[in-house]
Amino acid sequence: MSSALTGRLAAEEPGRSRRLVDLIFRAREFGIIAVLAIFVGVTTAIQPRFLDDQNIKFVLLNTTIFALLALGETMVVVTRNIDLSVGSLLGLSAFLSSEVLSEHRGIPVVVAFLVGLGIGAGWGILHGLIVAVAKVPSLVVTLATLYIIRGIDVVIAGGTEVVANSLPSSFLGMSTASFAGVPVLAVVVACVVGAGAFYLRSFRSGRELYAIGSNPEGARLAGIPSGRRVFTAFVVSGSIAGVAGVLWASYYGTIDSTAGTNYELQVVAAVVVGGVAIFGGSGSAIGAAFGALLLATIDQALYVLGISSFWDQAISGLLIVLAIALDRGISVRLTSALRKRSLRHAA
Amino acid sequence: MLKLRKHALFALGLAASTTVATLGVAGTSTAATRHGLQKGLKVFVIPKNLGNSYFTTADSVKTGGALLALKQLGEIGQETSGTTDTPSAQLPVIQADISKGANALIISATDPTALCPTLEAAMKRGITVVTYDSDAPTCRTLFVNQASAQAIGESEVQILAKEIHDTGEIAVVSAGPSDTNQNTWIKWMKVELKQYPKMKLVSVVYGMDETSTDTSVTQGLLSHYPDLKGIIAPTSVGLPAAAAVIDAAHEKGKIMLTGLATPDEMKKYVANGTVPEFELWNPADLGYLAAYAAVELASHAITNAAGQSFVAGKLGKYTVGPDHTILLGPPYVFDKANVNKFNF
Repeated sequence: MSSALTGRLAAEEPGRSRRLVDLIFRAREFGIIAVLAIFVGVTTAIQPRFLDDQNIKFVLLNTTIFALLALGETMVVVTRNIDLSVGSLLGLSAFLSSEVLSEHRGIPVVVAFLVGLGIGAGWGILHGLIVAVAKVPSLVVTLATLYIIRGIDVVIAGGTEVVANSLPSSFLGMSTASFAGVPVLAVVVACVVGAGAFYLRSFRSGRELYAIGSNPEGARLAGIPSGRRVFTAFVVSGSIAGVAGVLWASYYGTIDSTAGTNYELQVVAAVVVGGVAIFGGSGSAIGAAFGALLLATIDQALYVLGISSFWDQAISGLLIVLAIALDRGISVRLTSALRKRSLRHAA
Repeated sequence: MLKLRKHALFALGLAASTTVATLGVAGTSTAATRHGLQKGLKVFVIPKNLGNSYFTTADSVKTGGALLALKQLGEIGQETSGTTDTPSAQLPVIQADISKGANALIISATDPTALCPTLEAAMKRGITVVTYDSDAPTCRTLFVNQASAQAIGESEVQILAKEIHDTGEIAVVSAGPSDTNQNTWIKWMKVELKQYPKMKLVSVVYGMDETSTDTSVTQGLLSHYPDLKGIIAPTSVGLPAAAAVIDAAHEKGKIMLTGLATPDEMKKYVANGTVPEFELWNPADLGYLAAYAAVELASHAITNAAGQSFVAGKLGKYTVGPDHTILLGPPYVFDKANVNKFNF
């Protein structure tokens, strides 16, 4: 009955139905942007300096690495999986890639990126194989490697650290360089996230990731190569974490074995705040990037408002809940409004 | 110049008073060398967390720290800890070390009280508990103090005062809110600040000894206090992170920065003028002294009573002061002229 209804709807008004779907998708991101706008508005009303260009630059810089990781995590989460290793992977990559630069003075910076990418892709391949071929739940696999990779990092670093003095200044300047007042890194990351979002939304293999997440059995029966797609998602997530580690090293300058500790949970929070369903099947990379931006903004706002550090974590947790509730409220209302309208059209 | 001399005098004064104290008790104390030191003691060195370069320097054989002293004395030394700077990560390690049959623990406390039930249980079993770097005052045999908290608090303020001409808003970037050493230093900074009525401490923020958090809290300070003139970051993770923020925000010279860190971490920022001067003691000496003290105590060659003294290898003679503490010495000031002579 309902499939007959949808069939008729699609047959009669293909353009309108696609536009409706579009609208719902856009609405998911619209909710988070609305929350962000409200939050920035309130903060700026209390402390006008929140919108001064230096502070905006700080927020954008703090968001970049975060948003990159959120892109990789989104690809994994929409397939009803999770990658908890990204924080540790970032840490290992940050240490090894900067160690290479500091040990071999004069080698090109691109080598650091190759090292980071190699580490990330390597662990991503391992995760992909264990999850897709051996069918071990990704939560268990990446929870284990979260500790394994961090352990390797601690052993390799052995309590030493890479200091800013031993890194080439071109490498350190890379992440904070700005053109016409806009941080270059933020623009690059925005382009990468845009490309990722386009892939997820418009490519067949991208759409298949959602199908796998919303109905794994159905996707298999429909002939979608689930294993291969999930494998790819983990390799992408790992690779992104590896590259993010290199950027981390460049941004912070002093790197020890603790870089990125607990970062995976913040990334998962950003993805969820950004409207990606934690059980897979829906959400967009743009939404996740806005989730990262919102969390970085909340963090920065608390510091800028001078709220006692003792309250930081509790308040930012509370704000995350509020943001999700508000976004959810907006999207539920919108969806039901749209459904009513589409039913009216169908009738 | 006047301030400089004051600083030098203060250091001299401290050194002199230490010497007097040492001389004063030398005659009355029982000869520490009368008893031999036991060999083969199991001594666990427990820093706040692993992967922290400051503690690596304090503890390792290579740098001449605690494990070297233990090796030279013929003991079985091992460094153990968690990977995060929290009591919940440190406690299980302490418990494991106790059950491995430790004779002595050398520990930098992540919390002044949270570790106490465990440390007290250890002492009841006859294990010597020596704290170094960060104290747990009510539940240890002896505390090896890197530099008196008062000297650090005072001299940090004096360095900053000199750089900002005794005037303006300042802030502190600390580590964890429960860290004993940080809080004591900050307390003494506040006392010293009474001498500088035109300097105002507007905020103390906590970077949790994580580079990313330190970065965010420093950025927050810059945005919240546009008239900020100076920052003190008495933590070896916080100071380089704060320096990187000020360097990148082109605020160098406008906001003066000082604190505690290792010379390697700060070389770049001393060279480019972001941090003209900062302080530290020699962490390797601190670990080395703590190891000697632990072995002396565990061998019952000395007790923890004031006036007891012993010779700590290459560092010379030390005497237990009030509150069962030993003082390593005055803090050392690093600047452009000397920072490159150090490698740790």
